[in-house]
Amino acid sequence: MTFLSHLINGVSLGSVYAIIALGYTMVYGIAKMLNFAHGDVIMVGAYISFCTTSYLGLSPFVSVLFSIFVCTVLGIVIERLAYKPLRQAPSLAVLITAIGVSYFLQNAALLIWGSSPKTFTSVVGNWSVRLFDGQLVISGVAIVTILACIIIMLCLTLFINRTKMGTAMRAVSEDKAAAGLMGINVNTTISMTFAIGSGLAAIAGILMCSAYPTLMPTTGSMPGIKAFTAAVFGGIGSIPGAMLGGILLGLIEIFSKAYISTQLSDAIVFAVLIVVLIVKPDGLLGKHVSEKV
Amino acid sequence: MSMLTVENLNVYYGVIHALKNISFHVEEKEIVALIGANGAGKTTTLQTVSGMLRAKSGSIRFADREISRMPEHLIVKQGISHVPEGRRMFANLTVLENLKMGAFTRKDKKEIDDSLSMVYERFPRLKERTRQLAGTLSGGEQQMLAMGRALMSNPRILLLDEPSMGLSPLLVSEIFDIIQAINKQGVTILLVEQNAKKALSIANRAYVLETGSIVKEDSAQALLNDDAIKKAYLGE
Repeated sequence: MTFLSHLINGVSLGSVYAIIALGYTMVYGIAKMLNFAHGDVIMVGAYISFCTTSYLGLSPFVSVLFSIFVCTVLGIVIERLAYKPLRQAPSLAVLITAIGVSYFLQNAALLIWGSSPKTFTSVVGNWSVRLFDGQLVISGVAIVTILACIIIMLCLTLFINRTKMGTAMRAVSEDKAAAGLMGINVNTTISMTFAIGSGLAAIAGILMCSAYPTLMPTTGSMPGIKAFTAAVFGGIGSIPGAMLGGILLGLIEIFSKAYISTQLSDAIVFAVLIVVLIVKPDGLLGKHVSEKV
Repeated sequence: MSMLTVENLNVYYGVIHALKNISFHVEEKEIVALIGANGAGKTTTLQTVSGMLRAKSGSIRFADREISRMPEHLIVKQGISHVPEGRRMFANLTVLENLKMGAFTRKDKKEIDDSLSMVYERFPRLKERTRQLAGTLSGGEQQMLAMGRALMSNPRILLLDEPSMGLSPLLVSEIFDIIQAINKQGVTILLVEQNAKKALSIANRAYVLETGSIVKEDSAQALLNDDAIKKAYLGE
């Protein structure tokens, strides 16, 4: 029974990583850059939800929508101001800028909300489901998180594969110049990718803080790094890969905490990543792309 | 009034002056060829017309509109479709998805379907491979897909960059027959070719480019009989 409980917690934590990893992987697939500020958008999303429920008294559902909206706009603005001017610049310059944006967001949050942690109230409420005569308790947050992850995955897959805009995104990710010749506005497509990724980050931030309620300006950085790891683990650029990588990472983390050591759990997570990348350098579902000369 | 008029166009790659003050025009329903050696600026010319590259100075007018400062994605809408060098397929998209991307700027579903049947009629082999990934097609099929994709925008002028590249002589003849047929249907053609003989055999007029400048302009027939051209470009 405790095994089952760890399994559910692992999938639930993994779902949060997966939703964040989708943002990393989509932006990488289309803009060919690592947006290291992505983790901090999670933190902003959680703060927005916290403020709108605690100070404005909005209902949790409205606060989630509002937070998604703010983060979507934030994602578009970050891309326009920080990354778009560097479209032709070497990738190292873009990477350093992304780290800069990450620090900017953390420090802006420090100025606005202060350094003392806020206690996040779960948007899901405190209900739980008891099974097997109360031996197995599944929290509402875990159920909602897993469901949200499944729904997001389905919608995103349908969007990418079945819609005109989704097909255009895949076209841009393959060949920007040829996509431009088709009349696809490459800049709009990249903006849209950031918008989707950042909107998802808001959802991930709120779900994560609903399960682990301590909210600080640095709340987003560790999950951000882990979700990036998950994206690489699953094969960066691949949407199913981000999903698989996220869930596996969550499971490994929870099981190592439960059965091996709480202190070593992060070390174990990264050790698994290193082993996978030695055996399969493109990640679990990554396609080997040879660089065109 | 010409359909496409290029005047005093200057294009730079960094410090390299790639196109030096070139001027040319294409009339409606014509096939015009640009011939010249590697690096003469043929591809650069097409890329500047379709907006992939920006001119430093000069003007490009299409159907009475200045397009040299227009964003790339709006140029397609004017009726200019560019089949780039090397085909540039979306290899991980299916043949059908590639064709639909060609019609990206169009909204009317019925009209898009009409264009699709027209393309399938012109290239029956694409119809057989409609669900196949474009990356799995042979070279000739990829050239057909590239041309079909360009036709999906219902263009008034087609810019073709090296359609014969890497194809067997038999396929080259097939592709050139198709180019003529497309032209007969009313689509103007601006053709860039290394295979000057082949290009001149279907063109009405041609311009000869040498290191970024136009050095000669004449009817295709006259150029085919020009001794200097024969020696330099036709291998005779």
